[in-house]
Amino acid sequence: MVATAPSDGDAPQVAHPSGAEIIRQIKAANVREIVALPDIVTSDGLLWPISKDPEFRLTRICKEDEGVSICGAMSYNGTRAVLMMQQTGLMDSLNAIRAIGVDYELPIVMLVGLQGKEPHLLPDASASYGVRIVRPVLDAMGLSHSLIEEPQDVAHIPTAIDAAYANSRPHIFLVGRAPVVS
Amino acid sequence: MSFKRDDALRVLIPHVAETDIVVAVYQSCFDWLVLNPRDLNYVAVGAMGQASSHGLGLALANPERRVIVLDGDGSLLMNLGSLVTVANAGVTNFYHFLSANRVYEVNGAHPLPGAETVDFAGIAAAAGYVGSRSISTLEGFSGQLPEIFAQPGPQFTGLEWSAGEDYPRDYHYIHSAEARSRFRQALARQSTD
Repeated sequence: MVATAPSDGDAPQVAHPSGAEIIRQIKAANVREIVALPDIVTSDGLLWPISKDPEFRLTRICKEDEGVSICGAMSYNGTRAVLMMQQTGLMDSLNAIRAIGVDYELPIVMLVGLQGKEPHLLPDASASYGVRIVRPVLDAMGLSHSLIEEPQDVAHIPTAIDAAYANSRPHIFLVGRAPVVS
Repeated sequence: MSFKRDDALRVLIPHVAETDIVVAVYQSCFDWLVLNPRDLNYVAVGAMGQASSHGLGLALANPERRVIVLDGDGSLLMNLGSLVTVANAGVTNFYHFLSANRVYEVNGAHPLPGAETVDFAGIAAAAGYVGSRSISTLEGFSGQLPEIFAQPGPQFTGLEWSAGEDYPRDYHYIHSAEARSRFRQALARQSTD
């Protein structure tokens, strides 16, 4: 049985982050390379706008672990990249992240949509098993991660990306509410 | 007909420019490290199947350099979608050579699924590589190499070869911080030359 989040018409309304602001923050971190598989949480607010933004080069991939290798290889000459995917792809990529990000100490920066997460709940409280396990799994692997839920959460993006490249370690942004287009 | 991998790698060496990046995996890597040790050998692919993806990242980030990938057939089967990704990325500096010995050589020499039938060059062509061919003789490889490198990438070459001499499997080195540092420094050094 697959545990998924039930629809809840009575769930509290919450503010969502701005996709345009997330994109501004990514650019502020000097990232111009985006490597991505589509994810329904970030599709409208991030990936579609990025795909039309001439300041980015978007490399579309077929499977998420490809992206881990692409971003890791790019980092050798200092080229910064952000890898976008859904949390299902994150789970599928764990061995590549382990080897390339952790064992090889490379700065893999990932932006991961938490598909199925209730917007008003933190991931650990989600009814979705696939969402609920994400942060414990990342903690078990010793991976740096942070949440993008509230509009003000986007402000830490450049700092986290700078730290990932300065320390040559992965960082994973978990996007728990679909970014709005503007 | 088949030819020996180390003989073929020796034929390849004169075609590799000083500024080229060579991404090599498993036994091809171990052979290559002995036959042509150089600082721009990229050996740290980490997870099986990822050579083509590392090569793509290097090709995108270093468009002024050629990237030569010495891939394994068992490895490529783990990441077949990367052929489509590479072709779609349009990396003209990407040259993909596949060791098509049809076995998982360093994992007990078990046969690949489809070992007798799979057409790697056909898969690469269908994925959208600019050029693709399969070569089964040393003379054919030697003769076609100049033409392969004269064309824009991505180019795919399946090499129906077999193992040559035994070369040491230096896993410690390929996963070492030393190997990564050596490559990174060479990349920076040659960029500023």
